Amino acid sequence: MRLLIIEDDRDAADYIVRAFRETGHVADHAADGEEGLALALDGQYDVLIVDRMLPKRDGLSVIGTLREKGVQTPVLILSALGQVDDRVKGLRAGGDDYLPKPYSFSELLARVEALARRRGGRGDEMVYRVADLELDRLSHQVSRGKEEIVLQPREFRLLEYLMKHAGQVVTRTMLLENVWDYHFDPQTNVIDVHISRLRSKIDKGHAQPLLQTVRGAGYMIRDSAR
Amino acid sequence: MTALGKLFRTTAFKLTLVYLTVFALFAVFLLGYFAWNTRRLVTEQITQTVDAEIGGLSEQYNLGGIRRLVIIVDTRARRPGSSLYLVTTNAGEALAGNVGALPPGLLEKPGWTETEYRRLEESEGPEHHALARVIQLPGGFRLLVGRDLDERERLYDVVLSAGKWSAAIVVVLGLAGGFFVARRVLRRVDAMTETTRSIMEGDLGERLPVAGSNDELDRLAVNLNAMLDRIEALMHGLKEVSDNIAHDLKTPLTRLHNRCEEALRTARSENEYRSALEATIEESEGLIRTFNALLMIARAESGQARDNMSEFDAAEVAAGVVELYEPLAEEKGLSLMVEAPSPAPVHGSRELVSQALANLVDNAIKYAASVEKADAESQVITVKAASEGDRVLLSVTDQGPGIPASQRERVVERFVRLDQSRSVPGSGLGLSLVAAVARLHGGELKFEDNALEPEATGPNATGLKAIIALPRGGPQGAG
Repeated sequence: MRLLIIEDDRDAADYIVRAFRETGHVADHAADGEEGLALALDGQYDVLIVDRMLPKRDGLSVIGTLREKGVQTPVLILSALGQVDDRVKGLRAGGDDYLPKPYSFSELLARVEALARRRGGRGDEMVYRVADLELDRLSHQVSRGKEEIVLQPREFRLLEYLMKHAGQVVTRTMLLENVWDYHFDPQTNVIDVHISRLRSKIDKGHAQPLLQTVRGAGYMIRDSAR
Repeated sequence: MTALGKLFRTTAFKLTLVYLTVFALFAVFLLGYFAWNTRRLVTEQITQTVDAEIGGLSEQYNLGGIRRLVIIVDTRARRPGSSLYLVTTNAGEALAGNVGALPPGLLEKPGWTETEYRRLEESEGPEHHALARVIQLPGGFRLLVGRDLDERERLYDVVLSAGKWSAAIVVVLGLAGGFFVARRVLRRVDAMTETTRSIMEGDLGERLPVAGSNDELDRLAVNLNAMLDRIEALMHGLKEVSDNIAHDLKTPLTRLHNRCEEALRTARSENEYRSALEATIEESEGLIRTFNALLMIARAESGQARDNMSEFDAAEVAAGVVELYEPLAEEKGLSLMVEAPSPAPVHGSRELVSQALANLVDNAIKYAASVEKADAESQVITVKAASEGDRVLLSVTDQGPGIPASQRERVVERFVRLDQSRSVPGSGLGLSLVAAVARLHGGELKFEDNALEPEATGPNATGLKAIIALPRGGPQGAG
């Protein structure tokens, strides 16, 4: 993945750039809005990571200008303003995802990978397959091997989201936002219980577990045999 | 500033002066007009009388010549209160009449004139004023007929002096009234100023005096008092928040600091460092959550979140939250029920109301699970959403330990955790957020005993019923 990080806080930017490079990605850095806009316009990036408050040109304006010029690169907005209406503003300006500060790198990485993947385009497939697990998005049928699995509607959407991002780490907040459409942090970790229910339905009795917990980050569905 | 100087500067006094000036000008104009008109009328009357006499006398002269004229003039001149008469020859020699001295050359010009004169019988003394007409009779004689103007002047004087006196009285009374009104108003404004000064000096508990007359000043005082109430509440909130931050954020920060120091001092192996770092991250995540919750509460309380409000169905919110928490409840051996007949329209933030309800359900599950009952399996948590009159009630009923009635005010305050709940993890901000969200929507958070519910009369009929009452939205509601 080629990433551009537009962030004026030198320490934070260095940390992100280093962390992305360690995970095998190419990351460029711009320290203000103008420089970021110029780089984003001619560089071929997979995802842009844009801070909201930037010197010279603020983050939302950078995104707006890019979209006006027809640049459709997915954008993740980083912001110290974490409230619902700030998120709405950011997404309306053309952002694709929104991550309030402070965030953990694993969360950022998971979201950036999800955005890059979306661009790659698994979203349009009608049937998702991971190993012998199959999910038909049209008929809402799920099966593993020859066995049909009956899921509640929410469980279906949970599995659908996980399978759409198969092979990628999906965080709890990503699940809350995308499957439940809640943007708050429940006091108790309710997602874990939903996951273990789903796991008991798709993995129970099979030698190869597909739904895995990634410690300190989230969950991933993956064909571990490959 | 002297007391009198202050009085002169008051608005009431200035207004009094303006009114007074306008009124005095008006009165002067009126009296002037009256005096002028009186004078005109008198003059007119004199003119008519003189004209009539001249007409009569000319006729007599035409009929009987100068002799007859002289006789008639003599007769008339002797009557008391008579007009002025003078008949002269062409040379100016007086033939008859009651006029003594006249300014020289007066008789040469026929027509109307206003002149000074002396009567024949008085050789000394002040001269009088008269309005007279002179005509030339055929044959060279001249006739003057006039009327004394003293009467007219007296009348004029009377009117003028009446005017002066009444103007003086108006000014004096007006000034006195102005003083009185200004003093009265000033005293109340002074009292208000005094109070505001003591408020400025830091005594936010002071309130402006209200006279009870419901006039403008009273309404101003009532409104200012309401504003002070609001400011005091906000200040109190602010102080509480800063106290909370001091106490409840410093503690975990200190813990964090200590943990790092301890790791540096004692840790030997990589594993020890790793676990110390993991604990640090966990602690800091807790801090961030607390901080977010505080910001969210502050945001809800300041009303900023009003921008993103829309119409939504509280029944759907209830169903959604129950769906989210149902697996957790089941895992803890509780049953989570929902009774939410659609629609229960609410105008507001679906996200915030969802979070508030989630907090209540979270609490209910946490505290129900904390109770060690032999038959914990049978504990039921019920989430309800229902329209009731002009309100929508979202309630969470549990069979947990409940909250003592005396503590129910306190639990919504930030960071307040009851002694009996210290063993259960939590930040002490959950209910504060619920209360803030309810207030943001113009509603409230209430607690009742579950036992008051008629249908909950089983052996476990204790517990808490937490109710978020919101104004009903939708076309029928007030919005």
